[in-house]
Amino acid sequence: MERIAPSHIDWRSVVLVPLLAVFTALVIGALIIVLTEGPDDVVPAYVALFRGAFVGISAISETLTAATPLIIAGLSVALGFRAGLFNIGVEGQMTVGGMAAVFAGFALSGLPLVIHLPLAILAGFIGGAIWGGIPGWLRAQTGAHEVITTIMLNFIAYRLIDYLLKQPAIIREGRFDPISKDVLPSARLPQLLDWITPSLRLHGGFILALLLAWGIWWLLFRSTIGFEFRAVGSNPSAAAYAGMSVTATTVLVMAIAGGLGGLAGANQTLGVLYSVSPGFTSGIGFDAIALALLGRSHPGGVVLAGLLFGALRAGGQVMQVRSGVGIDLITVVQALIIVFIAAPALVRALYRVRAGEGAGQLTRGWSA
Amino acid sequence: MSGGQLSTTLCSERHVRRHPLRLELRGITKRFPGVVANDGVDLTIESGEILGLLGENGAGKTTLMNILYGLYSADEGQVLIDGEEVHFEGPGDAIAAGIGMVHQHFMLVPVFTVTENVVLGNEPTGALGRIDMQEARREVREISSRYGLEVDPDAVIEDLPVGIQQRVEIIKVLFREAEIIVFDEPTAVLTPQEVEEFFEIVRGLKEAGKGIVFITHKLGEMLEIADRICVLRRGKVVGEAIPGEVTPGELAEMMVGRPVELVVEKSPADPGDPVLEVSDLVVTDARNHRAVDGVSFTVRAGEIVGIAGVQGNGQTELVEAITGLVIPLAGHITLNGRDITRATPRERHRLGMSHVPEDRQNDGLVLDFDLTENLVLDSYYQEPYSRGIVMDWDAARDHAEELIRQYDVRTPSVDVLASHLSGGNQQKLIVAREFARDTALIVASQPTRGVDVGSIEYIHRRIVEERDEGSAVLIVSSELDEILALSDRILVMYRGRIVAETTPAETTPAELGLYMAGQVA
Repeated sequence: MERIAPSHIDWRSVVLVPLLAVFTALVIGALIIVLTEGPDDVVPAYVALFRGAFVGISAISETLTAATPLIIAGLSVALGFRAGLFNIGVEGQMTVGGMAAVFAGFALSGLPLVIHLPLAILAGFIGGAIWGGIPGWLRAQTGAHEVITTIMLNFIAYRLIDYLLKQPAIIREGRFDPISKDVLPSARLPQLLDWITPSLRLHGGFILALLLAWGIWWLLFRSTIGFEFRAVGSNPSAAAYAGMSVTATTVLVMAIAGGLGGLAGANQTLGVLYSVSPGFTSGIGFDAIALALLGRSHPGGVVLAGLLFGALRAGGQVMQVRSGVGIDLITVVQALIIVFIAAPALVRALYRVRAGEGAGQLTRGWSA
Repeated sequence: MSGGQLSTTLCSERHVRRHPLRLELRGITKRFPGVVANDGVDLTIESGEILGLLGENGAGKTTLMNILYGLYSADEGQVLIDGEEVHFEGPGDAIAAGIGMVHQHFMLVPVFTVTENVVLGNEPTGALGRIDMQEARREVREISSRYGLEVDPDAVIEDLPVGIQQRVEIIKVLFREAEIIVFDEPTAVLTPQEVEEFFEIVRGLKEAGKGIVFITHKLGEMLEIADRICVLRRGKVVGEAIPGEVTPGELAEMMVGRPVELVVEKSPADPGDPVLEVSDLVVTDARNHRAVDGVSFTVRAGEIVGIAGVQGNGQTELVEAITGLVIPLAGHITLNGRDITRATPRERHRLGMSHVPEDRQNDGLVLDFDLTENLVLDSYYQEPYSRGIVMDWDAARDHAEELIRQYDVRTPSVDVLASHLSGGNQQKLIVAREFARDTALIVASQPTRGVDVGSIEYIHRRIVEERDEGSAVLIVSSELDEILALSDRILVMYRGRIVAETTPAETTPAELGLYMAGQVA
C-alpha cells in the first residue's frame, strides 16, 4: 500500500463541520426567503437553484465553468494560508494576469494554438506573479503586512486596467468604452462540449484547474519547497532554526500564489470573455478566500469547495430567473457558510460535534 | 460563573483568608488517542503541606494537574474539595475554587508588561471600571519584594529572559492568593541560590497554610522540599514515600521502573584540534544592549565546554550568534578554521554544526508536524530524503523509525504530531535529529530542561558519546548539576562577559554560584 502524505486529517473538523456549515447556511437562507418573499417561495427557489446547478448537461457545464476560476483562485489563497500568509490580493492578481494574457492573446499573431495558448497562459501567470511577488518582497524586506499591501495592490490593479483600456494599442477599434481587443482564436482555451451544443461554455480551463490542484498538492506535500512552505507557515521560528530562509520562502509563496491568481484571470479572459473590461473579475478573488477556508486550505478541499460555489453561482442565476428570488441570496448563503467555517465552535455547539485535535485555527491571521 | 463576576469577587475578597482546603482526586482516568495518560489516580492535597509529584515525562503528571486546573476534563473519576465533588469547566472555575498553577510553559501575553500580565483578568479597578494601574503596580511591587521575586513591574514580557518570565508566573498566582498552588517544574530555570530562595518562598507559603503541589523530576529537590512524595509511572500511582525514609536511588527506581545511573560516567577528555573559536564577540539584543560584550573562547574536538550562568546574562544571544540566527556586531567565529561569522544557519549546518535550542517548542519543533517531518526538518533537502525538489517520504519515514528506536522516543508511531509527545520525548526527538548526523560541533542550550531522570540520563550519555566520537560540545545550562556533571571545562558568564574559567574538579557549586552572581571570589 502506498503511504499517504504526512498530512493529518481530523475528519470531524475537515469534513463534517464544512458540510454542516453549508447545510446550516442553506437553512438560514430558506428563512430569509420566508421573511422576504414568503413561505411558498422556498421550495421553488431551492428547486430552481438545484436544477440550475446540476440537472442537465447545460447546468453542469455552467457549474463547472463557474467553478473553474474559483478553484484556481482558491488554490492561490490556500497556498498562502499554508505558508502563514493571507493573500487578499487575488482580485488584483486576476486583473493583471487576465490583462497580460489578453495582450499576449491579441498582440502575438500568426502562431499555432499549441504555442500561442501556452504563451498567453504563461503571460497571465507572470503578470499575477509580479503582482503577488511585490507584497511578498515588501513583507520579506520591510515587514509590511501582506494583508495591507495586497489590498492596496488590488486598487492599483483596477486603476491600471482603466488606464490601459484607454491606450490605442489595447482598446478595441471603433469603441470608446473601455474594452480590449479580442483574443485571437489561437490563444483561446478550447471549448470542451461545443460538439454537443455550441452554447455549452465549458472550456479547457477546467482541466487546467484540476491539474493545478494536483500540482499544488504535489508541491505542498511531496516537494522540498512545499515542506519549507508548510514549516514556515506552522512555525517560522523553528523553520529559521532549521536553516530555512523565511524571507525567501515568503517571496516565493507570494509569487506563486500571485501567479495562480493571474491564471484565474487568464482563465476568464482566454476561456470565457476573450477580452478585458473593468470589473471582469466579478469578485472571484474575494470568493476565493471563503473557498480556501471552506476547503481547509487543502487542494482537494478547494476543488470541492470550488465546485460548490460554482454550483451556487450557476444555480443562483437560474433561481433568479425562474423563482424571482434574487441572486443576492447566494451571496448571503456564501457569507453564512464562511461565518460558520470561521467559527467552528458555533457549528459544533449546534450539532454537538466533539472537538478534534488542533481544530479551530485556520490562519495565523494578523500576527506578524 | 462569568469572568466579570469572578474578577469583582476576587478583587474585593483578595485579602480575605479562605478556610483551609482539602483537595482530593479519586480514580482519575484520562485517555488520549493511543495513550492512557492517567489510570485511576487517587491523590489528596491538604492545606499546609507540600506534596511532591514525581514521575518521568509522559507519566501523566501534567495531565493530572491540568485536570485539577480545569484545562482537561477527566474521562472517569472525581475531583473533591472538602469532600464535595466539583466540576471545573475551565481554569476560571479552578481559580475561583482556590487553585493556582504555575505552568511549565508560561501562560503570559508577550506584549504586555509584567504588571498587566499579573493582574490580567483580575484587575484592580477605580471609578467607572478604569483599571488602576498605580494600584496594580504597587501590588506587584509588594508581592515581588515580599517573596523576593525581583522583577521590573513595567518591563514587557517578550523582552524578559525565560527565568524572569517564570517569576512573573509565580507572582501571578500569589496575586490571586490561591489556597492550593501547583508548581510544574518550577526550578528548572533558577540558579542554585534562586532555588534556595524559591524554597524559602514555598516554605513560607506552607506556613501560611497553603497546600503546595510540587512537580519535578529532580530527586534532590524533591527530597529537600516535599513533606510527602507521590510517584507516578505510566499514568498510575506506583508508590508514596516520605523524604528521609528513601534514598534518591530508590526514588529514581520507583519512577523509572528500573535501576538508574544517577551520575554521568565519563572518562577524562582527550581534546584535539580547536573546532569552535570565538574571538571578541559582541552581540546586541533586541533593545540594542550589548548582551554579549567581548567574549572569546575555544572548544576543541573531544571536549565538552559548559557555559554556566543565570538566565539572561547573554548566553541566549551568544548561542544565537554561534548558530547563525543573529549576526554579531563585532568579533569572529570560526568553525574548523573557517570563518562563519556571517554564514547562514544552513551553511553552518552543512559544516557540521548541530543545535539543540533552548526553547524546544518554539524553536526546535514544528508542533503540528508529525515526527517524520520534524526529524528531517533540517536535512530534508539532502539525499536520501529528497532528490532535486522531490521528497522521498518513505526514506524519511524509515529514517524516523530508526531514530525513534535508537533514541528511545516513546510514541505510538512516527505519524503522530510532535505536540502529542511529552516534554522529555520532544527533547529526545530534537536530540535524535541533531546528533544523528556527522557532527563537528554540538551546541546544546538547556539540553535537559524539564526532562525526566530517565531521559536526562539518556541525553547526558549521548552527549558524552558524541564527545568520545570526536565532536566538540558546547553546553549552555543554568543547572549547575548538569554543568558539573558533563563539562570538561566550565566558563561562567555574567553580564555578557566570561568571568571565570575552571574545571569541575577545581570548583564547587558554591563557588560557581558566586561567579554566576557576579561576586567574584
